[in-house]
Amino acid sequence: MKVNELGIIITFLIQSMTSFIATCAFGIIYNIPRKPLIHGGLIGAIAWLIYFFLYQWNGNDFVATFAASFVIALTSQIFARLYKNPVIVYSVAGIIPLVPGGLTYTVMSRVVGDHYDMAIHLAEKAFVLSGAIAMGLIFAEVLYQIFKKNFFDKVKKLNTGVTFSRK
Amino acid sequence: MNGFYKINKTNEKNINFIHEVAEVCVLAGKILLENGAETFRVEDTMNRLAQSFSVHEAQSFVTPTGIVFAIEGRDVTQLVRITRRGTNLRKVSEVNSLSRQVAEGGAQIEEIHRRLKHIDRIVNTYPEWLQILAAAAASSCFLIMFLGRWGDILPAFIAGGAGQAGTIYFHRLTKVKFFSEFMSSILVGLIAVLSVRIGMGLELNKIIIGAVMPLVPGVPITNAVRDVMAGDLVSGLSKSAEAGLTAFAIGIGIAFALALY
Repeated sequence: MKVNELGIIITFLIQSMTSFIATCAFGIIYNIPRKPLIHGGLIGAIAWLIYFFLYQWNGNDFVATFAASFVIALTSQIFARLYKNPVIVYSVAGIIPLVPGGLTYTVMSRVVGDHYDMAIHLAEKAFVLSGAIAMGLIFAEVLYQIFKKNFFDKVKKLNTGVTFSRK
Repeated sequence: MNGFYKINKTNEKNINFIHEVAEVCVLAGKILLENGAETFRVEDTMNRLAQSFSVHEAQSFVTPTGIVFAIEGRDVTQLVRITRRGTNLRKVSEVNSLSRQVAEGGAQIEEIHRRLKHIDRIVNTYPEWLQILAAAAASSCFLIMFLGRWGDILPAFIAGGAGQAGTIYFHRLTKVKFFSEFMSSILVGLIAVLSVRIGMGLELNKIIIGAVMPLVPGVPITNAVRDVMAGDLVSGLSKSAEAGLTAFAIGIGIAFALALY
């Protein structure tokens, strides 16, 4: 039991460190300015930890991917509002580890080995997983919009006595 | 006579102003689209810019290969063809803060135009060696994240760095994206295979998955599905075609290297 707990803590540390470095490195490739780079790295590390432990816990990668991308989009919206940067600067690098690159690779290696039935089966799965990422992003955005409409605008209305609508 | 002249004069001034607004909006949209902003964000920024200059009837239509911008009731329509699509989010963020500044009011249009041109012209990327180093570090981190072995870190590091260097080099050589992605994924595959052959690496699959991650079009795929869900059907479908082609190029390149194994 003691050993098992230690193992989990070590895994946690290693995974959070590597995902932070990997996300920041992707930010450098995408040429993100320095301050959002660090924030994006933090978001990426949190999302990866959610994905990793959710996947280890129940083995369903659709749910894990969805939850992680949802968290990415929500935290990115918050950071974007706080620091007045576009949302994509924060979310883009964090998504990368969730993309089913390994699965796509397996598809290709099955194709090379002439196992087309397996390849198509796995390709479907990769497609569904990228759909899960997009769904997580959209859901978080919609949630944020609803929240903003019902909360921020009401606060503004209370403060100024007039409604603001940007559109 | 005098009054007629005056009306004509102000009209001319107004028309010039409208033209300049259209130019500014289109230039902002072009910078955003060329550097990897989402479709709806580009449209939104253009419309907001026009609104901040109190031009309220602006319409924009954005696809990954071109922008159409028109102002209703005036003879102003601008069309821009987009041929180069990369990811440089620093420019996106700069245009964003500029448009925010315009929305707050008090900005002169000539000044905004000048600054947009400046953003469009300058090269403000991180140095290439840093990008290559970043790709290499990301590859070896991905190896650990996908539960690879610690012994495989070095091959993944080398292969990932070589992949990014190859992308930069081949992209300079030719503007055909398919070719440069194909060649650099062959490079990644060959290095991974070689490292396993000489006994430096252990698990070929994990090394390749880690090292190929910087090449995988993760963002285009996600953005494509997202565009389709958000209702930008044309750009969603064309983006997914582009992303699919990239994934295909990488897959074929890796398959090529695997066939040698």
